[in-house]
Amino acid sequence: MLEPPPGGGSSPVVAKSPWRLAWQRLRSDRVALACAATIVLIVVVALSAPLIADAVGHKPGEADQSGGLTPEGLPLGPSWSHLFGTDYLGRDVFVRVVFAARISLLAGVVASSLAIVAGVVVGLFAGYAGGLVDTVLSRTMDVILSFPFLLFGIALVSIVGPSLTVVIGVITFFSWASVGRIVRGQTISLKEREYVEAARSLGASDLRIMFVEILPNLVAPVLVYLTLLIPSAIVFEATLSFLGLGVIPPTPTWGNMLAESLGFYQVAWWYVLFPATALLITTLAFNLLGDSVRDALDPRGERLFRQ
Amino acid sequence: MAEFVVRRIALGAVVLWVMTAVVFVMFFVAPHNVANLIAGRQATPETVALVKHRLGLDQPVLHQYRDYMWRLLHGNLGYSFYNSTSVRSLIWQRVPVSFSLALGAAALWLLIGVSAGVLAATRPRSLADRAVTMGALFFYSMPSFLLGVVVFYLLFYRLHLAGIGWFPGNGYVAFTQSPWRWAQHLVLPWFTLALVTAATYARLTRGSMLDVLGEEYIRTARAKGLTERRVIYRHGLRSALTPVVTQFGIDFGTLLGGVIIVENIFGLPGLGQLAVQSVVQQDLPVVIGTIILAAAFIVVANIVVDACYGILDPRVRVH
Repeated sequence: MLEPPPGGGSSPVVAKSPWRLAWQRLRSDRVALACAATIVLIVVVALSAPLIADAVGHKPGEADQSGGLTPEGLPLGPSWSHLFGTDYLGRDVFVRVVFAARISLLAGVVASSLAIVAGVVVGLFAGYAGGLVDTVLSRTMDVILSFPFLLFGIALVSIVGPSLTVVIGVITFFSWASVGRIVRGQTISLKEREYVEAARSLGASDLRIMFVEILPNLVAPVLVYLTLLIPSAIVFEATLSFLGLGVIPPTPTWGNMLAESLGFYQVAWWYVLFPATALLITTLAFNLLGDSVRDALDPRGERLFRQ
Repeated sequence: MAEFVVRRIALGAVVLWVMTAVVFVMFFVAPHNVANLIAGRQATPETVALVKHRLGLDQPVLHQYRDYMWRLLHGNLGYSFYNSTSVRSLIWQRVPVSFSLALGAAALWLLIGVSAGVLAATRPRSLADRAVTMGALFFYSMPSFLLGVVVFYLLFYRLHLAGIGWFPGNGYVAFTQSPWRWAQHLVLPWFTLALVTAATYARLTRGSMLDVLGEEYIRTARAKGLTERRVIYRHGLRSALTPVVTQFGIDFGTLLGGVIIVENIFGLPGLGQLAVQSVVQQDLPVVIGTIILAAAFIVVANIVVDACYGILDPRVRVH
């Protein structure tokens, strides 16, 4: 963890920034490395999904009614020609699981990033401006946080129709407020620091103080929050798709595959198991990595598993 | 304390009003055409106009809003498009199911979460601590619908195949009819809902308990010769619970989301099932009714939690 003290005066003393220290702590954390590797693997698989489909020789939407089903018309179990078996239309589950990773990652990353941007901007304004602006923005965030989000999500889907864009919009709308609250709290304490006063006495504008002076100091808490937000956005997308209100078939997502597979759990375990495992591994990897990032950035021993 | 509660109720009323306003905007003002949706894809313009008229969508917005609020204040939620029963009676039939599910699950997750957290915090770095931490991370990452599917498969289907019918896979029996069968039908949904959320509470309790146990007054309590049990539960746990209560207040929204998912997996005829069903059938009055009821529930529950918070930690009342 910590570097040994320089011995015998032979090695030069090098100054280490907090970021560098955090990076070193993260690199020596084996769980973090394993999770990072898993995430990289999932991203690579998702990006090269069409290549993988070519290599295996199946397409995600290719329904093979003759060769992909048993004579009774039931899904086929895993074999060399269908690694994860087939689904109820004779489509290859492996290729579909691979393609579904694209949707999950896209929804997770895009929705979390949008939520972070919105939350940071609103939080900065609320915390920095104070007064009436702060009251209005904070109350807005409070109200959004107390919304029954899944219910509002499905209600919104009911009137505008299900699609990936709507899913991303819904996740963003219900996630930015918690980011905003954290950023607001941090901004309130940061704006009293001396360096902000120094910047102001040099004639810096409010916008410059907010985005050039204060914002860089918010990167650590925001980064930690981003790592928590991505897996929860992925779960949210999967849940909506599972309920038939997110991304609709035939586009494969882990959520809608699981929903379809439930009609066949008695005869086709592979149909349930593989999308479920893919989803679980992804969220677990992001959460464990997030935990390690938090530890690396805030290594005060006993606060290990505290939110 | 009284002033605190009054202020909290006023804030709750504002929040509830905002939520009803959002619902109004979503369904009546937003530019997409709800009437087209209801009338169906092949509807003639006359049908659409008729639906519009029936919904009052041809009135000026302010007029519509006045009617909407007037009906709401009188508890009139309209009639279901599908089975022409009043939304209120549809919802009331299902409230006991969701209420049993939510209440049982919340009690269970507090029990599991807090005791696991205390167990881990009082024996830091022990095997139990690691098991709790790993278990918490595992269940925290587990989407509740996935856990529901796993629980359903293993504890309902596999056990049934083995000829053990302890847990029914769907349906609901009223508590008044048979408390035993009621609990039997709810055990799996309770655990599904509780385990996912308990993970957060185990982590939270562990962290705040470790902080509290390091405080001076705990050392004083020990020095006075109190038993370890008394030190931990009477002195430590009480102040360690404050963040847990805060989290509990935040989690009502999550709880309702979980209720929707779990009811759909285990075939419980509750509000969550009704909500999804009515969304799929585009039965708008029922959708609006469930949302408003859920919003009201969250607001009331948050007020209760805040009052508890005030009792638990006297400093809150001042702010």
